[in-house]
Amino acid sequence: MNLRELIPQKLQEKFPQVKFKFVDYRGDLSVQFDKEHIINIGRFLKEDPELEFRLCEDVTAIDWAERKNRFTVVYHIFSMKHNFRLRLKVPLIGNEESDYDIDSVTVVWKGANWMERETYDMFGIKFNNHPDLRRMYMPEDFQYYPLRKDFPLMGIPGSLPLPKKE
Amino acid sequence: MPKLTKDEVHPKIIEALLGADSDISVDDALENEMILNMGPQHPATHGVLRVLLRLDGETVIASVPELGYLHRGYEKMAENMNYFEFIPHTDRLDYLSPMANNVAWVLAVEKLAGIEAPPRAQYIRMMIAELARIASHLVAIGSLAMDVGALTVFLWTLREREKILDIWDILCGARFTNSYTRIGGVANDAQPEALAKVKWFIDQFEENLDECERLVNTNRIFIERLDGAGVITGEDAIEMGMTGPSLRGSGVEFDLRRNSPYLYYNDFDFKVVTYPDGDSLSRYFVRADEARESAKIVKQILDKMPQGEVLLNQPKKVLPHKTEIYTKMEELIHDFMIVNFGIQPPVGDIYHAIEGSKGELGFYLVSKGEGRPWRCKIRSPSMVNLQSLPHLIKGQMISDVVAIIGSIDPIMGEADK
Repeated sequence: MNLRELIPQKLQEKFPQVKFKFVDYRGDLSVQFDKEHIINIGRFLKEDPELEFRLCEDVTAIDWAERKNRFTVVYHIFSMKHNFRLRLKVPLIGNEESDYDIDSVTVVWKGANWMERETYDMFGIKFNNHPDLRRMYMPEDFQYYPLRKDFPLMGIPGSLPLPKKE
Repeated sequence: MPKLTKDEVHPKIIEALLGADSDISVDDALENEMILNMGPQHPATHGVLRVLLRLDGETVIASVPELGYLHRGYEKMAENMNYFEFIPHTDRLDYLSPMANNVAWVLAVEKLAGIEAPPRAQYIRMMIAELARIASHLVAIGSLAMDVGALTVFLWTLREREKILDIWDILCGARFTNSYTRIGGVANDAQPEALAKVKWFIDQFEENLDECERLVNTNRIFIERLDGAGVITGEDAIEMGMTGPSLRGSGVEFDLRRNSPYLYYNDFDFKVVTYPDGDSLSRYFVRADEARESAKIVKQILDKMPQGEVLLNQPKKVLPHKTEIYTKMEELIHDFMIVNFGIQPPVGDIYHAIEGSKGELGFYLVSKGEGRPWRCKIRSPSMVNLQSLPHLIKGQMISDVVAIIGSIDPIMGEADK
């Protein structure tokens, strides 16, 4: 059976209470759902013997710069058994700083560790229960999130102080 | 050497280092635990990688890699420029195989815009991607050998790589930062001299690589330094998100050229090289054999390469040739529109990945129908492969750390973006 039909069918069967939205654009299948279900759905996709999405390729986020539901967290996972790539999209509902959080998928895919750190560093999205949520690229005392759309391209003068001379 | 005080290291890094799980017991009576800061200015870390090591004598108990010393914010820059303007910037990601990055970027943009380059351009792209893989693996092999003390190999493999750089010179006029591909094709057709030089290179390459390999394959010091150093099982490697030669060195047969074919790799005969042991030596063998397989692919490409156009004729998406811009009104208008307003792909998002020389090199692009990408995410293989470094070097000797970093072959330009 074609995976493009099998995945929607299996997901809806397994999680009847979750609202899924499937999009097939230019050969990339993506599925959207609410953030509470990410761990359960991730674990199901990884461990189901017919799917086996064992490789987590990428975790990132999109800043839509909108008043409602500003961020979307995006996961790319790959099934080596079927040679199939699936994209999970999880919009973060709300527009307060405290709404920008999601459960970490490191319990499912260990390799998501650094990618989540990078997403935290660049967007300020907190990953709950992450084992080591530090900034990935920027210095620890940097106060901004560079890939947010309200961060200017030229940077913020004075935000990266030069080392002091003794 | 001045001692590093606790205030000079960021507190969170130290916390991560001391909190990292380790199953090696420390002899408390001797109190010989030590924290060593390796890098970012260290010749063996292949750039500006910084690793903090917690040592018991010479054994590594735990380690924390620190990235970001070469972070230039390429994703932010990509969001603020046209799609074709970003091509030169991809050169600076993995600067040992710029051609492969060019190919990866244009393939992603073409997928987003829904266009496909003419066959000859695709063949040229495959050829340069494979030659870039050979060049990158040659540096990887040479610098790995240099890290464990065999300097001659480095000189010999760089001599081979120099020939590939000469090919780039004829092909596109630049040796290092090529920017050769264009959206919808390549910048100019491959000249007969360039193809003749490629043929000459491929014919003599295998013999020369054998020569380089003979220097180390029977070298007892080299083998014993790498054998059994930095072991990771195939299961763990997949779990940690490893791709590329580092994953195939753990016996997992995963190659995007086979598993999710792009360009015309389906029509070509090549072997996905795997070695079962998962140690540094296997990763080295995979690279050497893969270079041979790439040479085989290039040979087939030269035989099969069709004639024809190398740039798509689609005025709204592809920049026209310079000669036509200067002589024709219509082309001038299209050039003006594309340069000023971009190619404006339809609303949507795509992910396209190629098998780069370090692993899966992917671009995730989100378009809002504007001339610039709304979001561009670079999935860099070096960064994800480096993630397993603490796992690999735990319990190893400190001098092996250098060899293990060399065997993963990280390029910091790509890892730090």
